[in-house]
Amino acid sequence: MNYLLNVVIALPLVAFLIAILLPKEQTQTIRVFALGSSVVTFLVSLGLIAPWWFHSPRGWAFETDLNWIESPRIHYHVAIDGVGLWLILLTTLLTPICVLLSWRYISKRPKEFYAFLLLLEFGLVGVFCSLDLFLFYVFWEIALVPMYFLIGVWGYDRRIYAAVKFFLYTMAGSVLMLGAIIYLYNAAGGTFDYVEILRRLQSGQMGLSHEAELWLFLAFFVAFAIKVPLFPLHTWLPDAHVEAPTAGSVMLASVMLKMGTYGLLRFCLPMFPNAAHECADWIITLAIIGIIYGALVAMVQPNMKKLVAYSSVSHLGFVVLGLFSFTQAGMDGAVYQMLNHGISTGALFILVGFLNERRHSLEISAYGGVATPAPGLSTAFMITMLASIGLPMLNNFVGEFLVLQGAALANFRWAIFAAIGVILSACYMLWLYQRVFFGRATEDLKHHMPDLNAREWACMVPLIAMMVWMGCFSQSFMPPITTATSGILAQTATMTEMQVRRLKPAPPNLVAQASACGKAEAPHAR
Amino acid sequence: MHASYMPPLADYVRVLPELILTVAGTLIMLLEVLMGERSRAILGYFSLIALLAAVWGSVIAFETGGPAFGGLLIVDGYASFFRILVIAVGILAILQSFNYLDREKANHGEYYALILFSIVGQCVMASANELIMVFIGLEISSIATYVLADFLRDDRRNNESSIKYFLLGSFATAFLLYGIAWIYGATATTSLPAIRAALETGRVSITLASLAAALMFVGFAFKVSAAPFQIWAPDVYQGAPAPVAAFMSAGPKAAAFAVFVRVFMTAFDPIVSRWEPFLWGSALLTMIVGNFAALTQQNIKRMLAYSSIAHAGYIMVAIAAHSEIGIAAVMFYLAAYAFMQVGAFAVISYFARQGERYVNVDDLAGLGWRQPVVAALFTVLLLSFIGVPLTAGFFGKFYIFKAALDANLVWLAVLGLLNSAVAAYYYLRVLVVMYFREPGEASDTVAAPTFGIQLALGASVAGTLVLGIYPSLLLNFATYSSQLGR
Repeated sequence: MNYLLNVVIALPLVAFLIAILLPKEQTQTIRVFALGSSVVTFLVSLGLIAPWWFHSPRGWAFETDLNWIESPRIHYHVAIDGVGLWLILLTTLLTPICVLLSWRYISKRPKEFYAFLLLLEFGLVGVFCSLDLFLFYVFWEIALVPMYFLIGVWGYDRRIYAAVKFFLYTMAGSVLMLGAIIYLYNAAGGTFDYVEILRRLQSGQMGLSHEAELWLFLAFFVAFAIKVPLFPLHTWLPDAHVEAPTAGSVMLASVMLKMGTYGLLRFCLPMFPNAAHECADWIITLAIIGIIYGALVAMVQPNMKKLVAYSSVSHLGFVVLGLFSFTQAGMDGAVYQMLNHGISTGALFILVGFLNERRHSLEISAYGGVATPAPGLSTAFMITMLASIGLPMLNNFVGEFLVLQGAALANFRWAIFAAIGVILSACYMLWLYQRVFFGRATEDLKHHMPDLNAREWACMVPLIAMMVWMGCFSQSFMPPITTATSGILAQTATMTEMQVRRLKPAPPNLVAQASACGKAEAPHAR
Repeated sequence: MHASYMPPLADYVRVLPELILTVAGTLIMLLEVLMGERSRAILGYFSLIALLAAVWGSVIAFETGGPAFGGLLIVDGYASFFRILVIAVGILAILQSFNYLDREKANHGEYYALILFSIVGQCVMASANELIMVFIGLEISSIATYVLADFLRDDRRNNESSIKYFLLGSFATAFLLYGIAWIYGATATTSLPAIRAALETGRVSITLASLAAALMFVGFAFKVSAAPFQIWAPDVYQGAPAPVAAFMSAGPKAAAFAVFVRVFMTAFDPIVSRWEPFLWGSALLTMIVGNFAALTQQNIKRMLAYSSIAHAGYIMVAIAAHSEIGIAAVMFYLAAYAFMQVGAFAVISYFARQGERYVNVDDLAGLGWRQPVVAALFTVLLLSFIGVPLTAGFFGKFYIFKAALDANLVWLAVLGLLNSAVAAYYYLRVLVVMYFREPGEASDTVAAPTFGIQLALGASVAGTLVLGIYPSLLLNFATYSSQLGR
């Protein structure tokens, strides 16, 4: 069973290699191949649920640890926990949908397009399961290259500017992370292994001075914050989203942004807990600014894609808020919100793409009354929009609720400010819906607005089903997440207790919290 | 040493590559005169065979390694590494020259002979263990390269390139020689280990030794195009024929770094605290000047020239680390850099057409869709320049910054890393033009690459990828030989 994760990693790579060997004239073959291979990858990746289905593993599942490079000691070390599991499934679910929605839209150089899409999937899956810091960095950068090409070749008018900006922003952050990774390698006595570094940090075998920890935290944090994107590092995102082709926007919003929040959760919090606690206040301030600012800017956008892009800034602010609230509810909500955002914002981008294919415009003013000629499209948009707003019974509600709960537990004022964002999201989304779908449709629009066809329904139905499922039965998804996040929470808390005791008596509530969380992870609490 | 000194046979084995290449170079000169027109076709292949033989010779020499000719030369792992590296650069440069020289109607035997002679000089530099040998090697290499830069003697760009290279190069050599004179005056020896021993006794004036080190630093900095002595490089690379630019931006540079490291890590090791700050500053300045100047270049040869300055800066970061890990990083990076640089110039040699008409970045517009294979290979090289994982360039940077952090040069490492993010911009620009623009006249009219170009480009990319996926293949040897003298 252990090889299953490796199969899921390898399948997109193999598919990519086959795709670039296919003759470029046979467009249909290429499309069918891309769809088939990505569906197979998805089906295989469903098998990853098995361990959590039968018993819920506390630690890592599907672990593989192989030597890659002797010196410096770099391993191919992959495994997943509950967080990685769902993010990988999100990736493998969205890839076939992206293939399907590009079916007619991508007529220019389809072979390269699908090849890059598969390469992107390979990089993303790798990011979410690497347990070797070096390997993580490798996958992190691999995912960058295909997205650069997807935006640059198949994007809209200002695509070159957007692609280069996207690449440089990410690159600037990631070189700092590389520096921090190398520093950690040296400090850990020659290992990139995440599990090993964490063990040494917690057992005190490897001590980081306060200053070093802060700088390392910041180096990782900036790389991830750019990717999230956290205000004020978000400026690349609207450009990239608006200029990218639909499939690019979907992958970017749904999965690539999660690389940032995943990185914060997996690396920043457990490895540098003291620095994380220390910086939490201003990070949360930035997150809340992002939530409100993103929503306000979204409200005045004349361009639909830009509106959805800014709404992402707002939604991702919730994720960061949840992570840095250091509460079980907040973290669960943050992870759940990563998945929700992947599903609902992905679906929004798909629907905006469908509108654009029909009317060749992203301007809201070019629409109006779409509900008359295209009721199916309007219904799908309605459900997605309501999910995005956070209507109960739909997925975002669960995530936002948990995040707000966590934030309220930590500091009630945070929850109040963040809740403003929820209200604003209802404003801009409902207003968008009103302007695009209601009102009287012009004759011209009626002629160019056929309803969703079977292929387009095939893209939307799985996503809508997921929105309802995740909204009504969050318990199907939550246990693996809770197991993983409680472990991470324990790791951050244990360290605090240890550090504080050395300086002055710890405040009683902190000790209580630490020991409560520590029970889950008995060895660390000692 | 007395007048009738006869070196043992083993000493000759230790200079086998130099011997092979000198004989082959001389033979080429003779053959061309004797055989006339008929020889043209075969001389190039003959030079390739000679170079392959020299690789074999380097291996043999390594197996019987040790000091030769009374310590003038030392054949250790380090020397053998650089010998094979410069020979490999020669092979890749010659492979991309065939078509170019035919096109320019300049397929003369002396081209190959000059390349071989230049490599002889570089091999001597790699194994020199004594300052006079350093000087001789440098001169053999440089003089041959000056002539190569002006190989198309009716082309005014070549003339400009060559005269600049010659004048500034001579200056540099003069500085070096002056430094050698000072250190000889101070220590009464030119042998690197002996200088070290003399400095370690503490009886030599530190000021004198530092002055000598400074003068020699200037000389070497010129040769490796490190700031503030880098001004010549863009003009020279831009003006020289593309295959020659490929050769001289990789081979002589690698050899100059080899001897730079050996001199400063052996002879001047005892006064490291004196020269390290200068190296630190020069490394930073070199990275910044190279990267920021490259941002605005239109001519791709000029852009690669500035990028090669920036890469010299990265390498100097590793030297500034002043450790064995640093030396291994220098060796690895130079090998990676040689593959990337020669491969990138192979694309230019191929694409430029007669008279080097198409050498602007914009001329490459749409190449990705007209010649997908060439463009894909070039893309790998560019990604390697940027330092994307799974390419040699990435591991090169990785080892360099690891060495720097090991040596606690945190600020230098951080600034270097940020520099490499800046560098991404101008390499990306080439990718943008190749893939995101519609094909222009230049890519519409380009013919499929010839076999020589295919081989040179393919080998460079293969090298880049192999070193990017299994860096241990090379790094283990580099680490082994980073302890100089082994």
